[in-house]
Amino acid sequence: MTIAVTGLSFRYGAKLALDQVSFSVAPGFTALLGPNGAGKSTLFGLLTRLFTAPSGIIVMAGHDLARAPRAALARMGVVFQQPTIDLDLTVRRNLVYFAALHGIAGREADLRIQATLERLGMAERANEPARALNGGHRRRMEIARALIHRPAVLLLDEPTVGLDAASRAAIVDHVHDLAAEGLTVLWATHLTDEVRPDDGLLILHKGRILADDTARAIAAGRPLTETFLALTGAPA
Amino acid sequence: MTALIALRAILHREALRFVGQKGRLVAAMVRPLVWLFIFAAGFRAALGLSITPPYQTYITYETYIVPGLLGMICLFNGMQSSLSLVYDREMGSMRLLLTSPLPRWWLLFSKLLAGTVVSLLQCMAFLGIAALWGVRVPPLGFLTIVPALLLSGLMLGALGLLLSSLIQQLENFAGVMNFVIFPMFFLSSALYPLWKMAEASPALATACALNPFTQAVEMIRFALYAQANLPALGWTLLATVIFGAAALWGYDPVRGQMKAKA
Repeated sequence: MTIAVTGLSFRYGAKLALDQVSFSVAPGFTALLGPNGAGKSTLFGLLTRLFTAPSGIIVMAGHDLARAPRAALARMGVVFQQPTIDLDLTVRRNLVYFAALHGIAGREADLRIQATLERLGMAERANEPARALNGGHRRRMEIARALIHRPAVLLLDEPTVGLDAASRAAIVDHVHDLAAEGLTVLWATHLTDEVRPDDGLLILHKGRILADDTARAIAAGRPLTETFLALTGAPA
Repeated sequence: MTALIALRAILHREALRFVGQKGRLVAAMVRPLVWLFIFAAGFRAALGLSITPPYQTYITYETYIVPGLLGMICLFNGMQSSLSLVYDREMGSMRLLLTSPLPRWWLLFSKLLAGTVVSLLQCMAFLGIAALWGVRVPPLGFLTIVPALLLSGLMLGALGLLLSSLIQQLENFAGVMNFVIFPMFFLSSALYPLWKMAEASPALATACALNPFTQAVEMIRFALYAQANLPALGWTLLATVIFGAAALWGYDPVRGQMKAKA
């Protein structure tokens, strides 16, 4: 298992945001599905060590996040819900900056960045300010950037927020392709149509894991949306 | 090695952002120059200065306030770069920084140093203009002032970093600017010597002496004349360590300052 979470609890003052959350994620695509306020972003904050929980263990690619945070972070690529691109810098500069934060510089960085740009079809736009890219391209660039240091795990927190339908579908397809190549992907979303039947699926609601299986098994022959709404008690 | 590559990248990014924002450079220069060209001219007649170290002769008021204005550049930059931290954090690029596989203290120090270098460049540009304006600075002073400006920049940047860790919203920050920048600047020896302040109010003079900004300004003042003011240096160093440690505490993942932003 590439991601293993055991007994993770977290509270904001009196409010319990995560309650004894345990799950594991294998290589491939796993969706973390939950309505707004389920605790997805809190879980992401903990998985990326922006803050830490008083109880629970997170192991990323074999490294305990509490004991060896840097080794764990080095094996992790993250795409946050909020854009993290510097819009005033060029596309290439954004990639160079990120590579350097992971200790990649010089010729090695040039090679990886060039390969990334070509994969994105953006080699000609490398010297344009990131501001010139549309929302879909910016997101694709953030995903490609998160892979420059060749992580074992890719974490994405609602990465399609604010994108049009075509860009959204393209990004969902793209990340499924990456997962098919062997990457471990954890994709947080509140949209059931981003989940495919063969994907791993974790349903998070009010800080607890309600279901943990493949999407097909959880849906049990019904449309996933129906099962999801029934489980989370939301009105259909 | 990774740490140095990251430091270089953070410095480079800050420099690119600074060069890219032409308005910021102009604003950074206009503020102290207005004080030097206009305020100092008007104030010269009102304030009589006696001969106190490091000065060995009667000096013009312009000469007196140059170190204070250099301190002002460091003060505004320290607060401004932490303003950009609050903004960065909201924009998400702080997350990018904090999730890179390096010790958090190193990432924050790199960010701090990047802001300080930008501040140093502005100070040197201002000093050059002041010299052309007729403020006499010994040539060696241009060199000896560099470490003093670096330390002042780090101290005030660390204070800004601490504030940014405590403030969750941009709106709150504007208030803190008023409650931090103005009191720090006016309760200091930047515009008037402490003995002058003591004539007006001994209590205010004590408050000024306790202000770390005063200590930074005095350190800069002596360094500009190639002299070391050891007490001022010591106090500034101590303030840097305290503010730096507190900022690190503010950004400690266990304390969970980032959680409100999750």
